[in-house]
Amino acid sequence: MTDATLKDTSIRRRISLPAIPVSVALAISWIVGMLLIAAFAEKIAPYGFTQLDLRNRLAAPGNAAHWLGTDELGRDILSRLLVSIRISLLIAFGATAISAIVGTTLGFLAAHFRGAVEQLVLMLTDFQASMPFLIMALAVLAFFGNSLPLLIGLMGLFGWERYARIARGLAISANAQGYAAAIRQLGATPSRIYLRHILPNIASTLIVSTTLVFPEVILMESGLSFLGLGVQPPMTSLGNMVGYGREYLTRAPWIMLAPAATIVVTTLAVSVIGDWLRDRLDPTLQ
Amino acid sequence: MGRYFAIRIGRAALTIVLVVTFAFIVLRLSGDPALMILGPEAPPEVLAAFRKAWGLDDPIWAQYFDYFGAIAKGELGRSMRDGRPAIELVLERIPATLALTLPAFAFKVALGIPAGIYAALHRGSAIDRAVMMTAVAGFTVPSFVLALLLVLVFAVQLGWLPSGGQDSWRHAILPIATLSLGGAAVLARFTRSAMLEVLGQPYIRTASAKGVPWRKVVTSHALPNAAIPTVTILGFMVGTLIAGAVVVESVFAWPGVGRLLVVAVANRDLAVVQCILLLVAMTMVTSNLIVDFLYGFLDPRLRAKGAHA
Amino acid sequence: MSPPLVEVSAISRSYAMRSGMFGRSAAVHAVDGVSLAIAKGETLGLVGESGSGKSTTGRIVLGLESPDRGEVRFQGKPMAAAETAAWRAQRARMQMIFQDPLGALDRRLPVATQIREPLDIHGLGTSAEREERVRELLRAVELTPAHGGRYPGALSGGQRQRIVLARALATEPDFLVCDEPVSALDVSIQAQVVNLLADLQARLSLTLLFISHDLRVVRQISNVVAVMYLGRIVEIGSADDLFARPAHPYTQALVSASPASGRRSAGRIVLSGDPPNPAARPNGCAFHPRCPRAIARCASEVPTLAAVGGNRQVACHLVTGAATRDAA
Repeated sequence: MTDATLKDTSIRRRISLPAIPVSVALAISWIVGMLLIAAFAEKIAPYGFTQLDLRNRLAAPGNAAHWLGTDELGRDILSRLLVSIRISLLIAFGATAISAIVGTTLGFLAAHFRGAVEQLVLMLTDFQASMPFLIMALAVLAFFGNSLPLLIGLMGLFGWERYARIARGLAISANAQGYAAAIRQLGATPSRIYLRHILPNIASTLIVSTTLVFPEVILMESGLSFLGLGVQPPMTSLGNMVGYGREYLTRAPWIMLAPAATIVVTTLAVSVIGDWLRDRLDPTLQ
Repeated sequence: MGRYFAIRIGRAALTIVLVVTFAFIVLRLSGDPALMILGPEAPPEVLAAFRKAWGLDDPIWAQYFDYFGAIAKGELGRSMRDGRPAIELVLERIPATLALTLPAFAFKVALGIPAGIYAALHRGSAIDRAVMMTAVAGFTVPSFVLALLLVLVFAVQLGWLPSGGQDSWRHAILPIATLSLGGAAVLARFTRSAMLEVLGQPYIRTASAKGVPWRKVVTSHALPNAAIPTVTILGFMVGTLIAGAVVVESVFAWPGVGRLLVVAVANRDLAVVQCILLLVAMTMVTSNLIVDFLYGFLDPRLRAKGAHA
Repeated sequence: MSPPLVEVSAISRSYAMRSGMFGRSAAVHAVDGVSLAIAKGETLGLVGESGSGKSTTGRIVLGLESPDRGEVRFQGKPMAAAETAAWRAQRARMQMIFQDPLGALDRRLPVATQIREPLDIHGLGTSAEREERVRELLRAVELTPAHGGRYPGALSGGQRQRIVLARALATEPDFLVCDEPVSALDVSIQAQVVNLLADLQARLSLTLLFISHDLRVVRQISNVVAVMYLGRIVEIGSADDLFARPAHPYTQALVSASPASGRRSAGRIVLSGDPPNPAARPNGCAFHPRCPRAIARCASEVPTLAAVGGNRQVACHLVTGAATRDAA
């Protein structure tokens, strides 16, 4: 690399640092849009998501009554898409929250008690990381059948090992460093040390992990629903819609394209935000 | 070195034990195993005999150990649908799955690793950017979407290839393409960052500063070192060959283990599900072990450390 | 004489240390049979090189670690078991000042919140009283209430150590353990912080255990000084007397190496040999491989701490041997 290009990149870096990059701004607005849709899906949907319009079956997108077209029962694709976004995001947020809480708690327990508790947690994280989650999820669904709470709970078991490892490692180093030890000798209870001091100090790293787990949960849920083993009709989710649209791939590809595009753009947006946050908040994470 | 492998083998055994435990817990939580395995239509005396034979009246710990014993003997129960031993059903599907996943694995390696190395060596070039963009796409486009897009283009629009079934080699092209594209992108991205990491090391700069030709620096210093993390992810990919086939086999109606699993889950055919769960665990554990052994030979630090033990 | 506030009797603590990744574990005796008594309002200076066990001693005396053998009594009563409610309540009575003030503070919270934290933990006073107490403490450590709104990262090293001190004093403790409190600070700041500590001690009649490797600082603040070498006390006595006439060869070497006003550094004793390694403790007197005056007996027999007149105690065959001869 020559001096000129070096100087060039360093100047560019200095200029672009304070502003949010365009890609990140777009990603954030997409996610905000998705959240708004999830919150108000039923209010903004032009039709009920199960409402039939038998005169307009398999209508192509771009028609005045149905912007994104209809499926073979004449159900409005746009309305179904909006409701699907709500369900998929509900599952993804619920699952990510569960996995973050479970993982961080186990990591803290491992760091606090060390010894046998720590070995047990490490063994479980190794196990979770070494088994393909999809297979385990399928096994659980086979044994327990299906329901929305179970699905959220099941997805909540995804990715917890990542939080557990991070929380354990950071809590051990916090305990070894001064501030946690200092708070401990002030007479603070362990819950105060972990929740009021260590947790806020490691929050940025955990948030970055969340941006890695969240898109994978969306993909996992949509994959299961696509296979007909996740969200069950009459409920609908993004993966569900794609799976349904697969039957009409030849005659009505739009049924499948709109939800598929939503999945791809949403995971992409979260990843873009995650990369950006990682650079800003946590340069130590690879 | 012996200790290193002993620890690895111990961990592999532990993973298997945990999977069996997982299956046992889930099985017990989900209801009466006699009903589960024999089906609700089984006559009461058969159920009673089954309970006695499997020791279901014994304390839970005894049952737990008996369960291990049965699995060790290969007694994995019978399919609820046709009454055949589950293990037979699963084993006869394996060739079909391998017919997709092995070529796909070869393509992933053949595409992903050279692309990653090239991108790393020509950082910032158009090809590097293309590799990175493809890699991001490989992560964000789920395999079922990719599969459907390929079907839409090559089967529906162009009509070049069949969209499903297993009648000729042409039927295998789209499933293999689906499996290899996503994996190749991930592998390329991983190889690229492993290479960049190695190229940033001081010994590489020292070697090139000492006047070693760049080609030689790359082939004899950078590549062997970047191989170590790459082997790890390759091992992981081998372990997930079956899991990865679940979605693709379903889309393309390919009669392999993955599709069998989806059908078994939908029918709650527990014996088959349990059998596939164990098969996946075995594959995963075996491939991890192979990686660990390779690691032991590839990483001189590990070798040196082993020598002291 | 009033009974001591803190009484340490024959405490020992060893750690299992593994050599290398797969090596056999060996016991490292960090502290070996240390006894101390600190009277109320007094400062005991604990001196030694790194690895001498002085920090471990400090942590045991404060109840942060429990000894394998021996006992620590505080106000005549045994220390509560660690991590119990009684132990936590007892923290309000005794506090620690750390070597690295930045590490001891939570970088994410304004320092006033951190000074207030012990009051919140122990439920002392109303919210308004706690606020007032924080302002009072900031003034006590010669900072202004405006400093309270800042974050640790925005303060200088000396200011941070004052914040740590203010936090430690919040619950009006009787006893402070200061573990190398100024060694991380600039030399120009060290004297200020030590002076502040001495002033506060006099004003609040605090009892201090002051741990340092720096003899000048210890001399400035201590009434009694104990010298540690590889987990044992080798000499203890009143500060002025001990610095004026060190009896143990190790103390002599330390004192000669530390430039002090009014004394020529001509007679400096330079120690030879390896620095002390707690994992490989020599037989006999632990100091004998480095001792310029070692005799055969030093390599085989462990000297015990014995009184040599006044309140001085020394563990050295040469000194106690001579003392018994004098007495005879």
